[in-house]
Amino acid sequence: MLIVDLARSSVRELNAGLHRLAPDSNETHWRVRNPRGQHSIAVGLEQPVVVEIEGHVGYYCAGMNKLATVVVEGNAGQGVAENMMSGKVWVKGDASQAAGATGRGGLLVIDGNASARCGISMKGIDIVVKGSVGHLSAFMAQAGNLVVLEDAGEALGDSIYEAQLFVRGKVQSLGVDCVEKPLEDEHKHELRRLLDAAGINGTVDVGEFRRYGSARKLYHFHVENVGQY
Amino acid sequence: MCGIAGLFLKDAKLEPDLGSMLARMLSPLSDRGPDSAGFAVYGAETPGHVKFTLRLPPTADVDGLLKSLRDELGEPIAHRLHGTHVVVAIPADRIALARRVLAAFADIAIVGAGRRMEIFKEVGRPDDVSEQFGLGAMRGTHAIGHTRMATESAVTTNGAHPFTTGNDQCLVHNGSLSNHCAVRRDLIKKGLSFRTENDSEVAAGFITAKLSDGASLQQAMESCLDSLDGFYTFVIGTEAGFGVLRDPIACKPAVVAETDQLVAFGTEYRALVDLPGIASAKVWEPAPGTVYRWELH
Repeated sequence: MLIVDLARSSVRELNAGLHRLAPDSNETHWRVRNPRGQHSIAVGLEQPVVVEIEGHVGYYCAGMNKLATVVVEGNAGQGVAENMMSGKVWVKGDASQAAGATGRGGLLVIDGNASARCGISMKGIDIVVKGSVGHLSAFMAQAGNLVVLEDAGEALGDSIYEAQLFVRGKVQSLGVDCVEKPLEDEHKHELRRLLDAAGINGTVDVGEFRRYGSARKLYHFHVENVGQY
Repeated sequence: MCGIAGLFLKDAKLEPDLGSMLARMLSPLSDRGPDSAGFAVYGAETPGHVKFTLRLPPTADVDGLLKSLRDELGEPIAHRLHGTHVVVAIPADRIALARRVLAAFADIAIVGAGRRMEIFKEVGRPDDVSEQFGLGAMRGTHAIGHTRMATESAVTTNGAHPFTTGNDQCLVHNGSLSNHCAVRRDLIKKGLSFRTENDSEVAAGFITAKLSDGASLQQAMESCLDSLDGFYTFVIGTEAGFGVLRDPIACKPAVVAETDQLVAFGTEYRALVDLPGIASAKVWEPAPGTVYRWELH
């Protein structure tokens, strides 16, 4: 295991070391000490390594992640795992705004709460939040799944495309063109897969969730709206 | 951008370290606000007196000023020099007279007044500003500070935060208001005056007006949600503590840490990393559109 102490090295040095890794590298397990809320820790990883960060991180941690597993043993600032392509990012505390923004693949797990705009413009990422999410989560979400074990704030799924949203608690309000949809067996199966991947094995009843998605009313121009322009 | 730091001590043992802790909080926030900095420190009161923080030009005749105050007020005036600022203790029953004496010194500005509040602000790198005023040696129960990256008005000392909103009250702001001109016009009609074109000064004036209409601080802060348009995280200092309000869509970041000894507010967690007990603190993000207050009981 490699240990990088950010009290001694810079974030740039850490990231450069991670970017230099070859696909067959044996340096597959990294621990990062003293993150002290610094920004852009472990961004742009492209190899299947595990990076554990001992403490709270600042903005954009694990952004653009591909293949790697990044574990934050604390809270994450804005834009954790933004534009993730694949791999896994696991935040053991809370995440600030825009967690998983524009993510294209992989799995983001947040043990605590995520604040506003979680999964904004998500494009294929799966996000599991064990607490609640703030307002405008899944805004313009295009593909992927957002699973929330507690509550969702105002305007959930505003202007949503084809992402699926599963919420177990209360939804303060749905955004424009976001509607509740029936939770069929195929959706329960998908939900079970996501919960298993997030390490919540058999402790949650998938039947307690409600499913939300697009009413598809914003997809096309409707001639009756011509007077609006 | 801009950065805000607020520190409220529950444990009196930390009071001698208040200033040094705030200085360490402001330092990493330089990245968010490198052009000016300022802070309000709530320290010891002098019974029967109100403290005025005055800003002096480099060539100021401090002795002449103190002599004028002594002659007019009829007693020696206790004072402390901090760089370009001087704190003077004015007998509480002679404040109006003191203001008239000070008005004769055209180049001296009253930065703030209060039983316990002292305000210091200046253009420059936050670390330099802290050093210049000797923040590290200041003590007290609570303090708020600000690092500025100007957006809505010029980089001047008057444009730096905190803005005072009345005795022992001040406001710092991260964000930008879009309806400040309209709100300013309304407030001017009500008799308020403004020193700058700054949007944050309007927010401070808005709070002052609400408080003088009889609103509680809680009510005054809640009415910001209805009347102020734009992006804001406000921290408002009072004699007893401070309050926090974020706009309803939470444009600007905010983090709170709480331990048995203290409550700390920071625009980013980086501002909080050197506080005692931070490793085991409860760290969380204040909800949008919600008034939070921490005050002495």
